[in-house]
Amino acid sequence: MNRHQGNADRGQPVSGGPAASGRRNFLAEFAAMVCGGLAFLAPVGAGVWMFLDPLRRRGAAAAFLPVTELSGIPDDGVPRQFPVVADRVDAWTGFAAEPIGAVYLCRQKGSQTVEALSATCPHAGCFVEIDKAEKCFRCPCHNSRFTIDGGIVAPSPSPRAMDGLECQVGKNGAVAVKWQNFYTGIAEKVARP
Amino acid sequence: MSTSHPDKPKPGLLGQLADFFDDRTGYRALVHEALYERVPGGARWRYVWGSTLVFAFLTQVITGLVLWSSYSASAQTAWESVYYIQHEMTGGWLLRGIHHVMAQAMVVLLALHLMQVVIDGAYRAPREVNFWLGLVLMMLVLGMALTGYLLPWDQKGYWATRVATNLAGLVPLVGPSLQQLVVGGPDYGHHTLTRFFALHAGFLPATLVIMLVVHLSLFRKHGLHAKQPITKPDAMFWPDQVLKDAVAMLAVMAVVLGVILMPALRAMLDGRPIVPGELGAELGAPADPSQPYAAARPEWYFLFLFQFLKVFEGWGATGEFFGAIVVPGLTMAVMFLMPILGRWNLGHRFNVAFTLAILGGAGLLTALALNEDYCARWIDPATFADVRELHEKTEGDPAKIAAALGNDPGKIADFKKRHRKWDAYRHSQAFLDAAVQAKVDAERSIELAGRPEKIPPAGALELVRNDALSQGPKLFAQHCASCHAHVDPAAAGASALLAKASAANLFEFGKAAWMRGLLDPKQVAGPAYFGNTAHKEGDMVNFVTNDLTDRDTWKPADIEAVIAAMAAEAGFADTQAPPDLIEKGRTLIADGERCGGCHKFGDNDMELGSAPDITGWGSKEWLVGILTDPTHERFYGDSNDRMPSFGKADEGAMPLLTSQQIGLIADWLRGEWYRPAAAAH
Ligand code: FES
Repeated sequence: MNRHQGNADRGQPVSGGPAASGRRNFLAEFAAMVCGGLAFLAPVGAGVWMFLDPLRRRGAAAAFLPVTELSGIPDDGVPRQFPVVADRVDAWTGFAAEPIGAVYLCRQKGSQTVEALSATCPHAGCFVEIDKAEKCFRCPCHNSRFTIDGGIVAPSPSPRAMDGLECQVGKNGAVAVKWQNFYTGIAEKVARP
Repeated sequence: MSTSHPDKPKPGLLGQLADFFDDRTGYRALVHEALYERVPGGARWRYVWGSTLVFAFLTQVITGLVLWSSYSASAQTAWESVYYIQHEMTGGWLLRGIHHVMAQAMVVLLALHLMQVVIDGAYRAPREVNFWLGLVLMMLVLGMALTGYLLPWDQKGYWATRVATNLAGLVPLVGPSLQQLVVGGPDYGHHTLTRFFALHAGFLPATLVIMLVVHLSLFRKHGLHAKQPITKPDAMFWPDQVLKDAVAMLAVMAVVLGVILMPALRAMLDGRPIVPGELGAELGAPADPSQPYAAARPEWYFLFLFQFLKVFEGWGATGEFFGAIVVPGLTMAVMFLMPILGRWNLGHRFNVAFTLAILGGAGLLTALALNEDYCARWIDPATFADVRELHEKTEGDPAKIAAALGNDPGKIADFKKRHRKWDAYRHSQAFLDAAVQAKVDAERSIELAGRPEKIPPAGALELVRNDALSQGPKLFAQHCASCHAHVDPAAAGASALLAKASAANLFEFGKAAWMRGLLDPKQVAGPAYFGNTAHKEGDMVNFVTNDLTDRDTWKPADIEAVIAAMAAEAGFADTQAPPDLIEKGRTLIADGERCGGCHKFGDNDMELGSAPDITGWGSKEWLVGILTDPTHERFYGDSNDRMPSFGKADEGAMPLLTSQQIGLIADWLRGEWYRPAAAAH
């Protein structure tokens, strides 16, 4: 036998051996588990608490954002893409007037009202592009196609038509769009909080 | 020492040290146990897959830790630090290349290891738990691959991750919360990166190490699952099997290095210079949430899942949920049941067939996905000319198409089929174009990041957004190209483009060649100048066609002097043009009997309002001025023809373009953007 050995193998009787009562043993086990569990509860609890923080973060509330002027949208019934610019907060960074997304705006001949479609694909959030030659919208990611007014072209990976956005034309011709994000991949158009 | 024999010589200093530690740790027994394992039936090549996987993982740990020491996870520093690793740090390209390619090798090795275990029935009792652990390990590795893709924060990773996390949102009930937890908030940003990085370099590998230790110790406990029947004598793990393992590891590493260095070899053979930063893993343009990225694809080993979603096309949201969650979930469930099913011979056969079917199916789907993206490379668009023509003529109206085909159902069906193929071709072509554009954008961002002024604190995206070369064409296409052409008149097909334009061609605007064309009586009323505008019969056209052709007042040398002086106004003076020629031109322009009869120029006596002020014509300041407000009396005033005032807006309204955007268009038209020193001449 080696002289360097652990305590457990020294061969002396252990106090909690068969002689000790079962009840005492149970109490010790229970107490050990409770104390150990409580000790770990603090770091685990604090960790989970902080980890869940993103759940209480909300995006910017939907608001009408000025996008362009009426004269900037030719009245030829062909949608044009416009960036949506707004202040944006990313955790600790604040961006002033950043492009945060894009809309397609479309005006019919002689009309003073504007149709707005979000450029975000309702399938999984890629950027829908306009196909001028085929007069339709096309999403490059999974090839969803939409008609020129945003309707769905079956069969489509997208579960719904492109998302229309509310659009206001002010007296001075300023065009503002109510910018919103919607849940993707579902048949109903549900705005994200 | 109790273990030393009297007849044995006393060990040397090193030996004593070894004894000291062995006494206290028993490491010799451990090493012995690790190395002197029996391999029934002798060492075999087919046992190497597990070891190569461990090797691949260790490679990832080593390269990953070093990458970590130079990586910075935030939306303004992730791309920037990866750029620095890849393009500026010595050996960064190699390290990142190994990490990137080995990750892919690991996926291949995983598939091989799994296939071998299933075919050999190595999951049977008592090894079930170890098989399950293996499946968990596999998911951890795939999780690391998925999270690693985002970390460079380039367009490719950003958009692929957006799609992937949006799919996570489809999980019933908890989906949206799950997605928000993974993304780190309502939107993609710093916390998406920090979370993905914590997963990629912390949670997942830590879990993997624990699982791997258990996996390996269970493997030792049960012993190697020998291939039956055993024909050869047993061998020892060390050194027989270890030798085979080591050779296999070396082979894996050689393949990885080969993949990294292959382009360098090709460049060398072609006599091109080798740029180390271009080897190994690529780095796209920095992530830009407002810039579409049409070439977004997951890594190749996830392509089959991507393609699988398309199988459920037309099922709507249910299909999505089915394809992204239910089917992969069921597949994993079947795999977890394999050890139980494998108790019966039929079950084992099912397992083998199932695994091969999954791998084969994945291979097929990958091929389909690649074909969809690349088919334009081998399809000739000319074969669809008639389909395209008919579609254009009828504007895609099914009734009209049917009528044009004589309402023949056979012909209509054939047309539909071929139209679908034509559509597939166009989709592929769009992808290929997008991939080329992505490459151009990536190269430009890297060029910009390499400026001597370095990257500004706001990050590389700011550099790209303020770069005239990348933004100019986009802004021009969106705001100017509906009227103006921008095409080299000497280029093939230029005349068709010019004929379509309804305003002047702005190619090389401000240069002597442009001015020479304007002052050419044959061109001034042509489509490249005033031909398609309200000024077609205006004073300028009149002046050029009548006055300028009068050789008594206008000698050819005078016209050349005017051209030289105008180019000098724009700041594009030909270095060859003698200063006195330019001076002469200036005098002619200012002359109230000549150009100065209509145009204000410098301090001549002309009042503003009759024609554009041509002082500093074509300079940035002049261009910004006319783009901002062409109706200003300094420019066209009331006679402005259709050009919008891009920078002017009524109270409370937004101008069409910001002053920064106008500046970018002006810089782009003038060809003024950053050029790296080496390429400048
Ligand atoms: S994200 Fe648009 S089709 Fe999938």
